Amino acid sequence: MATSRKFSLSKLCMSAMFYLVVAAIVLYTVFPFYWAVVSSLKSDSALFTTDLWPKRVSLNNYRSIFLEQPFGHNILNSVIVAVVTVSIGLFVSVTASYALGRIEFRGRTTLLMFILSASMFPQVAVLSGMFELIHALGLYNRHFGLILSYMIIVLPFTVWVLTTFMRALPKELEEAAIMDGATPWVIITRIFLPLLTPVLFTTGILAFIAAWNEFLFALTFTLTDNMRTVPVAIALMTGNSQFELPWGNIMAASVVVTLPLIGLVLMFQKYIISGLTAGAVKG
Amino acid sequence: MENKPPLSTLAKQQVVSAWIFLIPMLLVLASVAAWPLLRTIYFSFTDANLDDLTSAHWVGLTNFIYLLSDPDWWHAVWNTLVFTFLSVSIETVLGLLIALTLNAHMPGRGLLRTAVMIPWAVPTIVSAQMWGWMFHDLYGVVNDILLKLHLIHEAKAWTADPHLALIAIVIADVWKTTPFMSLLILASLQLLPQECYESAKVDGIHPLKVFFRVTLPLIKPGLMIAVIFRCLDAMRIFDLIYILSSNSRDTMSMSVYARQQLVDFQDVGYGSAASTMLFLTIALFTVILMTVCRVTPGKEAA
Repeated sequence: MATSRKFSLSKLCMSAMFYLVVAAIVLYTVFPFYWAVVSSLKSDSALFTTDLWPKRVSLNNYRSIFLEQPFGHNILNSVIVAVVTVSIGLFVSVTASYALGRIEFRGRTTLLMFILSASMFPQVAVLSGMFELIHALGLYNRHFGLILSYMIIVLPFTVWVLTTFMRALPKELEEAAIMDGATPWVIITRIFLPLLTPVLFTTGILAFIAAWNEFLFALTFTLTDNMRTVPVAIALMTGNSQFELPWGNIMAASVVVTLPLIGLVLMFQKYIISGLTAGAVKG
Repeated sequence: MENKPPLSTLAKQQVVSAWIFLIPMLLVLASVAAWPLLRTIYFSFTDANLDDLTSAHWVGLTNFIYLLSDPDWWHAVWNTLVFTFLSVSIETVLGLLIALTLNAHMPGRGLLRTAVMIPWAVPTIVSAQMWGWMFHDLYGVVNDILLKLHLIHEAKAWTADPHLALIAIVIADVWKTTPFMSLLILASLQLLPQECYESAKVDGIHPLKVFFRVTLPLIKPGLMIAVIFRCLDAMRIFDLIYILSSNSRDTMSMSVYARQQLVDFQDVGYGSAASTMLFLTIALFTVILMTVCRVTPGKEAA
């Protein structure tokens, strides 16, 4: 009797501990973003108090970033750059990943290693060469300059992930098609693309997030406020005072650009996790 | 048997089409990766200036000699290494803890996973600004909480104090990148066979012992790859440090140092030399890590 009660008590203790750990994890991961939301809803003087919820909810900060700053423009820039980057990236990597994933040829492993190392590449290492290239092509302070430079970030990643998924598809698929005399192009567009739609979607989301968040190139290759992407705009936001950053505005802008991303994560969590782990664990 | 000759011509055709399919990607990567990299390495041997890149003169190893005798550069190297070591080790332990929690069968697991994904979804710049605000010396919530808990006696200047700034940077980085780590570890955990856990439970072996004797050795290959990825990623850190402590020389990383020389001081030659050194350091680290851990990413795929 006594031992069984002791046993269940320790079991209860264990699960209490467990849920304590869970609560701590949730608090740690969610609190910083929660704090950004709360701060963005506080008006000027309330911002400098540490109330956990504003006494009076104010949308002034949100009004200010869209009316007094070109933040709408910045969002548009980020959307254009990210969407075009992802489209070109996916288009180029579909054919490449078919070749790397489905066809045996000499130099394939070397090429794959090369692509993997390109994804681990420090961006600073190409900064001056890229600056020269973008200037020579007349793309400085233009969307296409950023799109061009983002290829180095997006392409190795999309090729790698798509190759992993291409490999996983059964061999019989194309063998039957080859017997029927289908060309590789037909095989890709008629057989693989329909099967890979969810994967393309996953890879597209991940590449979109990478392009959306990029900072170093955007900071270096744009000049005017109107051409800045969202991360650069948030980083360089200044207010009326020279000595104090407009924290309310910065937090409002942060919430505006993060909410859609959190929405994406909530909706496509399973896809995103499968894409992330395919890029690394299997890779 | 009759099929053999046509198959080999088929195979030949396939190889040809493979290369045709690879051409667009190779062209793009050659022009945005290989060419700029080669130009950067070339610039590192010249006195190129940002205003006029065409008037560069060959100066041999001068930039590298200056760089290697600059204490600020060595400080940046040291900062980068300390940052990488601290943040990756904390992330690994924390990531393991979170992954094990996520792997436990319990109600509300989906909710927990969503909460863990939030930091991953937050752009690095946004997380840098969020932590910058939380670490604010006068109005920051971190000081407020620590003061109320009597853990500190006076407000700290987290991002300005050279001793605290690196800690602040590590805390912000750990918050942002632990989810990635825990998702990768979780993926390895889910591949583990359930049988040995059941038999361990039947034999009444302590869970901690099971973890160190069974779980950890089994997930080691996956864990090592995640650690290598994170190390290489941490070594090129730029955004977070640039925002949290701007160009302060006390916390500057190698990437921040190189960009400051290149853009702020317009010294493309010298900045390129620093970039090239960073590139070589990371390449060297990759080779060392891969030989020490005996991990070849290509093989894991098979």
